[in-house]
Amino acid sequence: MRTGQLLRTQAFRIVLVYVMLFAFSVAALLGFTYWNTRRTLDGQTDQIIEADATGLAEQYQHLGIQGLAETVRSRALHAGQALYLLSDGQRRATLAGNLDSWPQIAIAPGDYVEFYYERPVDGKLETRRARGRIFPLQGDFILLVAQDVHDRYLTERMFTTTLPWTVGLILLLGLGGGALMSRNMLRRVDAINRTSGEIIAGDLTRRVPVSGSGDEFDTLAENLNRMLDRIERLMKGLREVTDSVAHDLRTPLNRLRNRLEESAARLTAQGADAGEIERAMAETDQLIGTFNALLLIAETDAGTTRAAMTALDLSSVAADVAELYEPLAEERDITLVLLPGSAAIEGNRSLIAQALANLVDNAIKYTPPGGQVSIAVSAGEAGADLTVRDSGPGIAAADKPRVVERFVRLEASRNSPGTGLGLSLVAAVAHFHQAELVLEDNVPSGLKATLRFPRRALRTPPLKNAAE
Amino acid sequence: MRILVIEDDLEAQRYLVQGLKESGHVVDEAADGETGLNLALSRPYDVAIIDRMLPKKDGLHVVAEMREHGNATPVLFLSALSEVDDRVKGLKAGGDDYLAKPYAFVELLARVDALVRRRSPVGVKTRLDVGDLELDLLTRAAKRSGTQIELQPREFRLLEYLMRHAGQVVTRTMLLESVWEYHFDPQTNVIDVHISRLRAKIDKGFAAPLLHTVRGAGYMIRAN
Repeated sequence: MRTGQLLRTQAFRIVLVYVMLFAFSVAALLGFTYWNTRRTLDGQTDQIIEADATGLAEQYQHLGIQGLAETVRSRALHAGQALYLLSDGQRRATLAGNLDSWPQIAIAPGDYVEFYYERPVDGKLETRRARGRIFPLQGDFILLVAQDVHDRYLTERMFTTTLPWTVGLILLLGLGGGALMSRNMLRRVDAINRTSGEIIAGDLTRRVPVSGSGDEFDTLAENLNRMLDRIERLMKGLREVTDSVAHDLRTPLNRLRNRLEESAARLTAQGADAGEIERAMAETDQLIGTFNALLLIAETDAGTTRAAMTALDLSSVAADVAELYEPLAEERDITLVLLPGSAAIEGNRSLIAQALANLVDNAIKYTPPGGQVSIAVSAGEAGADLTVRDSGPGIAAADKPRVVERFVRLEASRNSPGTGLGLSLVAAVAHFHQAELVLEDNVPSGLKATLRFPRRALRTPPLKNAAE
Repeated sequence: MRILVIEDDLEAQRYLVQGLKESGHVVDEAADGETGLNLALSRPYDVAIIDRMLPKKDGLHVVAEMREHGNATPVLFLSALSEVDDRVKGLKAGGDDYLAKPYAFVELLARVDALVRRRSPVGVKTRLDVGDLELDLLTRAAKRSGTQIELQPREFRLLEYLMRHAGQVVTRTMLLESVWEYHFDPQTNVIDVHISRLRAKIDKGFAAPLLHTVRGAGYMIRAN
């Protein structure tokens, strides 16, 4: 997995391309040098052979075959690198020369060819390489003039055997270096990703680590950090605005409520009817409730709440909320059932309890007497589910996406009490936990609302639920 | 009771001081954190009501410094800040209770009473009595006029809380916070239903009801 990730990095791909280009260039360069050197060396050898042959040809013209044989013999005595062989046209009888026999290769007259021959070196017979040319002579004789090129041949062989190794080594070192480089890069990109993840989760104080080397990653990190500083400032500004709005608006609301309370107390003390004022107080309370809910939703949504995440079992939250609502359900002749199941997750107890309370509250509100509301908790491969089912009228498919929006209240519920923020808060709590609020039709009737917590929220790997 | 009020909103301060005085308390007031802290450290108070956001010295700092000086006066924070994290911050700084603005005066009064009562415990009680209703905290049994009353665990805690605050107004929010440990207001008033259940168990069939509804405020358990 880790290797796969390494191979997929941009750094590794770049290195791969460069290494291949470099290896190709090295191969081409060495190849050209080889070809050129060999051409030059061969040219020199050929010139020597040419000059030698020209001299011998003159001897043949002036002195005939006997004279030529004589000259070849004397040259062969202190030949150095030169090799000679003079024979009849059928290459049977050797007339003169320092080669024992004709080499084992077919030689077309006029071409420079390379062949092997044997020569004693330090008492041992050694197979060596030579380069030469055959000259046909008038009177059905042929003359081979050659040069020993064994040293050149050895160099050349060294060259050709080293070349693949060199290229291979370049590729190997390059790939190793590339892997090392991309691992380094990957580590720093990982650091950036990790930090981003933490910031997405709501911790805006996190910063991307800067290595101090001043490279482009540092520049990127510094820029990201500057951006984060700015975002944090903006968020803080927003928070301050929200706080001061809360302060500035809630304070007059507070006073309004106080005045109403005072008036009501005075009227009651005087024996007068304070009903109208008490209704105004109730309206004020409703307004305050809406206001509080809006602020809570805004904070929860922005993830700026430092609401602590703790280990909790959804079943205990469900049991508490069921216990809280059981008498209310009974009063309305609704059966409230808590189904068995458990799911240990990481979350904020208070927020989840509030979200569940809202769901149960809604379910009880919309279920007709004699109906049933159930709360279920389950953990599976995909994550944990907290589900509330009711046997009420449900929500039409077209309305489902709308009901989580703020202040949306369906026609049917216009006359029942509520702020229209209940489901928005549930959605905000879901969002805070990176969970999902799923609204479906219950079978056979009613609404099935599920808070679906992602797998990573689970505290322990899910056990096969015995009830399933 | 001697009560210190530190509140920078003068209108709210006036209302608060007036209400407390009408309820028979002696009140000192300050409009900023420094003056308030000086008052808190120089005179004994039964309870201090402190706003979270104050000029010169933040409410949190005032309480933190009070605690540093060994001053243990119970503190009720008032705040217009939303609750989720601020409540925790307030209580961590040394506050004893936290009330979000806007609040009903009866709510504040009930909490002030509860704070002062909490400060002076009359030893460790194992039995609570209100009239002919008795609650044994060890055997967790409830009796009225010698008749055993069956209570669910939560009903027991509800009754215990009410009886510990006998003669005091207890608001729905206080019950939700203390008995259920929830810091939010449910959309429907579920507490009322729990109370009426409890009432059916302890008052039904008896001539004198003990559990009273205080209109516009909450509940009170008392024997007449």
